This record gives sequence, structure tokens and C-alpha cells, in this order.
Amino acid sequence: MLKTFSIGGVHPHENKLSAHQPIIKAEVPAKAVILLGQHIGAPAKPLVAKGDVVKVGTKIAEPGGFVSAAIHSSVSGKVAKIDSIIDASGYPKPAIFIDVEGDEWEESIDRTETLVKECNLTSEEIVKKIADAGIVGLGGACFPTQVKLCPPPAFKAECVIINAVECEPYLTADHQLMLEHAEEIMVGVSILMKAVKVNKAFIGIENNKPDAIQLMTKVASSYAGIEVVALKVQYPQGGEKQLIDAITSRQVASGALPISTGAVVQNVGTAFAVYQAVQKNKPLFERVITVTGKSVAKPSNFLARIGTPMKQLIDACGGLPEDTGKIIGGGPMMGKALINTDVPTAKGSSGILIMNNKEAKRGEIQPCIRCAKCVGACPMGLEPYLLSALAEHTEFERMEKERIMDCIECGSCQFTCPANRPLLDYCRLGKGKVGAIIRARQAKK
Amino acid sequence: MNVILIAVISLGAIALVSAAILYIASKKFAVYEDPRIAQVGEVLPQANCGGCGYPGCSGFADACVKAGSLDGKFCPVGGQPVMTQIAEILGLDATAAEPMVAVVRCNGTCANRPRVNMYDGAKSCAIAASLYGGETGCSFGCLGCGDCVEACQFDAIHMNPETGLPEVDEAKCTACGACAKACPKNIIEIRPQGKKSRRVYVQCVNKDKGAVARKACTVACIGCGKCVKVCPFEAITLENNLAYIDPNKCKSCRKCEEVCPQNTIVALNFPPRKPKAEGAAPAAAKVAAAPKATETPKAAEAPKAVETPKVVETPQVETPKAEA
Repeated sequence: MLKTFSIGGVHPHENKLSAHQPIIKAEVPAKAVILLGQHIGAPAKPLVAKGDVVKVGTKIAEPGGFVSAAIHSSVSGKVAKIDSIIDASGYPKPAIFIDVEGDEWEESIDRTETLVKECNLTSEEIVKKIADAGIVGLGGACFPTQVKLCPPPAFKAECVIINAVECEPYLTADHQLMLEHAEEIMVGVSILMKAVKVNKAFIGIENNKPDAIQLMTKVASSYAGIEVVALKVQYPQGGEKQLIDAITSRQVASGALPISTGAVVQNVGTAFAVYQAVQKNKPLFERVITVTGKSVAKPSNFLARIGTPMKQLIDACGGLPEDTGKIIGGGPMMGKALINTDVPTAKGSSGILIMNNKEAKRGEIQPCIRCAKCVGACPMGLEPYLLSALAEHTEFERMEKERIMDCIECGSCQFTCPANRPLLDYCRLGKGKVGAIIRARQAKK
Repeated sequence: MNVILIAVISLGAIALVSAAILYIASKKFAVYEDPRIAQVGEVLPQANCGGCGYPGCSGFADACVKAGSLDGKFCPVGGQPVMTQIAEILGLDATAAEPMVAVVRCNGTCANRPRVNMYDGAKSCAIAASLYGGETGCSFGCLGCGDCVEACQFDAIHMNPETGLPEVDEAKCTACGACAKACPKNIIEIRPQGKKSRRVYVQCVNKDKGAVARKACTVACIGCGKCVKVCPFEAITLENNLAYIDPNKCKSCRKCEEVCPQNTIVALNFPPRKPKAEGAAPAAAKVAAAPKATETPKAAEAPKAVETPKVVETPQVETPKAEA
């Protein structure tokens, strides 16, 4: 019996169309647009001005607060301007525009392919290097990694959990990364273990990637304390709390931090980025992105520089199909529809999904029939039908009592609803409002 | 027979004792309530809309009686007549408040604001706004899902299917502010109604730079500042590429409306301007392209226009004196 999390969950069609497609290096764009707010927390503060010459890996923005991350140039060239760009949601966001000239890297970056296993740095030095490299959680939430590696003193880390679940349908970036860079990932995991001073790490992989499980298990055998755990395919296993539950059978209490269970969860892509940052001095300026969809000519996995326009990646896959209905940034469950394809990629862009007209169409919204399928599907044990009704009637105080802040916005409720009710939309709205109420209350105190 | 008698007597005794206890309790624990609160409550419209800033009509009545003065208290639904009645009951002076009305500050109709994408999610502006900027290039404008219509208790705001924008029925609007609160884009503003419903305002909330705003919408405020320069009363401020007319300073001279190159500033319900002397004709011709475009917002904004159709139909432009 394979492990999985204890409550709720759904199993959408996997549709991993781009599985086993080798990672292709995407072309360096002619103009890169690097957003200043690519992570959770305060936006970064630019360190460059118009006309400055930058190289690949030059730090161009510093963290704007404790929960924030540095940003590095992904291209070499001249800073054209610092201005706002319309981002994927249609709102203007500050960004650094760089006109690309050549491809000159910072000398400090080790560009060789040789595997460097030894790491003699102390825990603090590792965390500092990770912070300098601007690494954030590459699973999608983009939480600055250095903050996660320094848990509040009241908590003690007991193990590192590597999230290689990739439970989102369609996406294959992490899968392919494991197949191509298993050794580097293992070194990265060892470094993360050293950073939080533990000697146990689990790598959770869903059972729909048997080749990755096999390879990772084989490689892990030569590293002390790293164990690969095969997990039953179930969405949203990639959720931090769900993964901790699946692997350690410990549950995060309502409102508590995941570290309270002693687990530090990092994405497999983050582990790879940590390896590159610590062993190769390479800051985070490129990542693996899946471009996929049923009508896409050539679903592929790209290693793309951050700031590459999404249009360029789509064109490299054979262009936008004629029957395109929606373009989603991320996976189909948690991703967001893009309003244009000139949007640049960011650290959190794990995939671009092109849905055809038929798939993209939302079903007609019908009245709730109280079937409670959403309650069964909710991995946090909430009652989405009730929460959405409360949000519709603006009863936010009651929503707080119904634990809306526990919602992880996975969309399982909406996926399973036979009446096509926009449950997640209303839950998200309520979560935002309740969050604001709570912050206002704390500010008063 | 005996059983019935015992039951009647014992129950009667219990009833008497209970009645006595209740009577004593009602006297001993009586809470004095000012009878005027109930009187004021009767005068109020009982819409419980919260437009006055108090929790419902009874809350407002309570506040009026206890405060001892009607300063800053106004029932937007009942308006001046109700306030006068309250003042009579309480023996106070009613503070005169200008009648207000909800104003939709967006003219991004389907024709003015081309669509660049499509939203098929839940029909709620609050949700749409939390997800993205809107179906057009303007991320400040009306989303058209009708949260304001939903919020209105007085059936005073409706979506116009042709323009995709909400329209306020001035006759029904009580300026309670529910629509303004419901609008996630802060497009609806509660402004003084003005004499004979005549008012001048900027019908846009776009804070983008001029070029971006103009590309997104043909009637967007581009922040050129012409209106600020021409205003003799310093009523117009320009902040973040957006002009705003302070209703308290505005004297409705309409000079700003004339100079606005985007026809963003609208003057509502004004009589047609008198044609000017011939010498000014060439200058007038320049601006002559403007009035036709303003027709739509005027008709759309004020359903009262039906009563005074002539006013809207033939606006003519005179040369602004300030330019000379």
C-alpha cells in the first residue's frame, strides 16, 4: 500500500504530454523583462539604473525586506529602463528591462558540468549563499528559501522533505529535471540537510513516475540519510501540509507553521538551484518550464532564462494552436489564465498550458445540490459549499470561524463539483477578505 | 371532581405567584428608554441600508436622540424632509445637507474600450478584480459584473447591456453608498447632486500614463493637465495621471469640459450653450468634434435626460474665454 495524505484529494487526468522530452535550452531573448516582485513578500529594490551594463548573474535587485529575495540578471546587456509592465493578471508591475547584447557570464560562475560533491561550508554560510543567489521555492509559491531554512527558535527541524511529487496534471518539469540531474539534486539535498542541521531527508515522488523513482533510489543509495518515498497518485499531494502528512503521518494543526511537525519542505527544483548556487556560484536566473497542451505541436520542457517572454517559448513549441481557448500560467489546477503572451517568465513559472476551446470552456453554473462532494474532496477538511455561500453573502466573520484561512486554494472542490459552482473563486475571495480583517485586528493590538 | 378542583386551585396559585414575580421584576429591572427614540424610528424609512453610518435605522434614531445635536447626521434615504421631521421631534435645528447622488466614473463602453480578453469565471466584480485587471487594456475601469446592482436596495442602478456599464437612476438613488462600497475598483463616487442635477465630473479613474490609458480607452483621462490650468477656481487636482474635480470648489463653469481633449470630463444636464459671435467660429470648429461623443455618457448617466431630451441632443460649443 503506497502512502498518501489522509483526507480528501482528487485524481484528475494526468495528461503528462511532455514527459520524457529532454530539457531544451531556450534561446536567450532579445529583450528580457525581469519583474521585481517574483516572490512572496516585499518586492526587491533595484540596484541598477538605466544605461548600466549587466552580465548574466549580476545582482540587479536586493531584497526589500526580511521575507524577500534578491534578483539577478538572466542576460548580459544594457539596462534599457526600469518601468512597469502589464503582468499576467493585467495589472502593471515594476520590472527591469534589459536589451540583450551577447551572452557574457559573471566570472565567478562555474559553467562546467563537473559534479562537485564536497561542501565544507557551515550552515550559516550555506544559508547566506542561498540568500545571495535569490533562491525561492520553485514549486510555485515562491517563498524565499533562506527564510524557510531559518525556522523560528521555538521549532526544531527534524528532517528535510523534498517535494518531487509534481501532482499538477500536464507539468513535467520536475520529472525531467530528476531524470537528467539526479546526482546534482542529491548533492543539493545534502546541502539543505546541512543547512538545517538534520541527517534525514525524504524525497516524495508520485507513483506515476516509476523511472524517476528507480533512478533517484539508485542514486540516493550512495548518499547518507536520503530516502526516496514512492507515493500514491493523488492531487494535491504537492501541497506542503499534504506532503508532510503523506510522508511522516504528522498533521499540521490549523493555523500552525509546517515546521511545527519538524519537517522542512523544499521543492526538487529548489534543491537543484541550491546545488548550483552553493557549489557552482550560479544564482537563480533560469529554470525548467514545461510548455504543453493537447493542441500544441511539440509539448516540450525548456531551460529558460527568467524574463523570457512566454510567447517565445510557445513559438518554440510550434506556435499558438488555432483552437486556443485559454493560456494558463502554471498547471490546470492552480495556474492562472494569462491575458497576453508577452508576459515574461518569472522564478515561479513552472509551466505554460495551452488549453483548446473545448477544454477551456467552463460548465454552466447550476444551484448547489448539497451532495457534499466538495467536502469529501477538500484535503484540509473544510466545507467549501458553506464557505462559498458565506463569501457570497459577505459573512466574513463566520468564514473565519469555519477556518477559511486553512484553505490551500488547491481547487479540488471546484474540480469535483457536479454543479460547476465557482467554489474556489469564492473561497479565495473570502480568504483575502478574512486575511485583511485579521491583519487589521493585529495592527490594532 | 376533586382532582379538577385541586388542579385549578394549584395552577391558579402558581399563576398568581408568577404574575407577582413578573410584575415586581418588570418594575425593578425596568430600563428607561427615551420615548423619542421610538418616535424618530417611526419617521425613518426603515430601509436599514446603513447609508447614515449607523447600524440600521434604530441605531441612527438612538444616536440622534442621545447626541443632542444633528450635526453630521443625515439620512440619505429620507433626505431633508425626514431630517426636518426628526429635528421637530427632538426640538433641534436640522442641518442642511446637500442632496447627493452616486456617480459612475467610467465611460469605458464597448465602443470606447476594446476588449482584449474574455472572462468566463464567476459573475462577481470582487472575484474578477482579485483575479485580473479586466477584459480590456484598462485595469482601472468597470468590470461589468454588476456587484453594484446587486448591492443596491433601492433598484436605482442597472447595467446597460449596450454599454456594459452601470447606470444610476437619479430619481431612485438615495446616495446610501452601498454601490460605492461594493465596487472593487472604486469607480462609483457619491457626489453632490448639484442644482437641477447639473454637475461636472471626470468620468474616469485610470491612473496609467497618458499613452497607455489612451491606447486602452478612447475616453480615458490622460493626465494632460489642461483642465487644471483652465479652472479659475482651483477645483481640479491632478494626481497619478488622473484629474479630479472637487465638487465643493467647482462652480460648474464647464471650462474644463471644453478643453478636455479626451472628452473625459462630462457636464451633465446643462442647457445648450449660446452660439458665440462669428469671429470665434474657427476656434469653435476645432472643438466641434467633441460634443457628439459626450452625448452617450450624458444620456447614459442621467435617466432624467428623458424629461429634458432637448438639453442633451444639441450641445453646442463656444470658444473658451480663457484661451483667448
